[in-house]
Amino acid sequence: MKKKILAVLLTAVLAVGCLAGCGSAGVKGNVATDGSTSMEKVIGALGEAFSEKNPDVNFTYNPTGSGTGIAAVENGTCDIGLSSRNLKDEEKSKGLEETVLALDGIAVIVGKDNTVKDLTLEQISDIYTGKITNWSELGGKDGEIVVIGREAGSGTRDGFESITKTKDACVLRQELTSTGDVIATVKSNENAIGYASLASVDDTVTAVSVGGVAPSKETILDGSYAIQRPFVLVTVAGKKLSDSAQAFVDYCFSEEAKPIIDKAGVVPAK
Amino acid sequence: MGKVMDRVMRGFFLLCGLVTIACVLVITIYLILSGLPAIAEIGPVKFLFGTTWASTAQDPKYGILPFILTSIYGTFGAILIGVPVGFFTAVYLSKLAPEGVKKVVGFVVSLLASIPSVVYGLVGMLFLVPLIRKVFHLADGASLLAAIIVLAIMILPSIINVSITALDAVPKKYEMGALALGATEYETYFRVSVPAAKSGIMAGVVLGVGRAIGEAMAVMMVAGNVANMPKLFGSVCFLTTAVAKEMSYASGLQKQALFSIALVLFVFIMLINLALRKVMAGGEKTNEK
Repeated sequence: MKKKILAVLLTAVLAVGCLAGCGSAGVKGNVATDGSTSMEKVIGALGEAFSEKNPDVNFTYNPTGSGTGIAAVENGTCDIGLSSRNLKDEEKSKGLEETVLALDGIAVIVGKDNTVKDLTLEQISDIYTGKITNWSELGGKDGEIVVIGREAGSGTRDGFESITKTKDACVLRQELTSTGDVIATVKSNENAIGYASLASVDDTVTAVSVGGVAPSKETILDGSYAIQRPFVLVTVAGKKLSDSAQAFVDYCFSEEAKPIIDKAGVVPAK
Repeated sequence: MGKVMDRVMRGFFLLCGLVTIACVLVITIYLILSGLPAIAEIGPVKFLFGTTWASTAQDPKYGILPFILTSIYGTFGAILIGVPVGFFTAVYLSKLAPEGVKKVVGFVVSLLASIPSVVYGLVGMLFLVPLIRKVFHLADGASLLAAIIVLAIMILPSIINVSITALDAVPKKYEMGALALGATEYETYFRVSVPAAKSGIMAGVVLGVGRAIGEAMAVMMVAGNVANMPKLFGSVCFLTTAVAKEMSYASGLQKQALFSIALVLFVFIMLINLALRKVMAGGEKTNEK
């Protein structure tokens, strides 16, 4: 009796295994990515969707930072390097190649009632480093500016601080741990200023224009909105990618991937 | 047959007990192993008494004195507000309140205990923080004060419930004796019942301290979370929130340092637990006399 049950079970297991195996028409192999922690969300989503389509592919993402990721692809320890900045000239001269996957626009937000609707990049850095402390200095109502930032290690914070050149120099009143918290706090305090990924900003707050350019998908794509950075895939020029890695790159630029990238809060590159 | 069943059940209960002990051991060992290396690397004095925390800066600094002081001040403040309110509520409910009131308030208190901390945080963030901003004419209301008020409310149930149990357990004959000797009702309750229930009330207070120092979520939503040295109206970061806010993206020494903060917090909680045991043991002795 016991043997019979065992036999039936084994057959069932084999059948299921066969079904799973036979169902996949995709490629086999490894896709190793390494780099920017800011790209965690978008690469995670793409990797998940890609693995679902190609169950035989082993997809890995190592969140180390843009610099490490670029070095890793150069040394050949990963297939694709991830960088949240453009390659420097010296990196390009080493034979590396970049492909812009998406653009990350960071909106600077203030309360609905705030009369200040336009700031320059310099004014924004001055606010965040504590040089400007009152809205009246910017032509607004008298009121101490309440500077809201994100926690150390956040990708949005890293992006914002590197573009506004305020790294390690920010004087914050509140450090919050999610985009939603930042928006809720700015909404409830008319003197607050904060930043968040453009995709998550809703109409309860005002996204100020930077140097006269209002943030939108279009102004990010044509490069006129200043607070943005590219998310790039870094590869070695002239070196053929493995079939699985090439399939992943192709997938990232397919029409199918666009809504996934969109959902991760960044604008797909054209 | 009965004897076999007996043995099986005994083994099962023993196993349950061992699981608990194993959990505590694993957590303790894990925390010590993962917390000590960073302390050694940063230097214990620099770590515990450094006043700057900048974990992701070019030149990172890992001083947790602001967190330690904030946790101590915050807990102390919560006790300062929560204990008198909780104590008098307990005396009223145990000795003076009519049966109906006692039932209703008792129900509300236990409801207060079961509200998730994120809800306390949300109410604090949407109601208390703007209120503090208006009342004190501040630029922003997220502050140590907001955290203290939220914590004070959160520790009320443990203080009230434990104190009521202690007060209810005071033998009726003590109170009868005092009343018979001509003491008024209030003299009886505050000079006889309360001293007799002293150790139980203290236990409630210590439990409250434990809850306040270990709370992360509610505090994170109202305190502002910037690693400043504590100021009543300033943005502050507790030991718990320092770990919680950075853990999700941390790496390398930063992550290890977060474990070290958790270890420091763990030591604090252990000390509080020891204090609790001591208080309870003291209580048992006085009752025996």
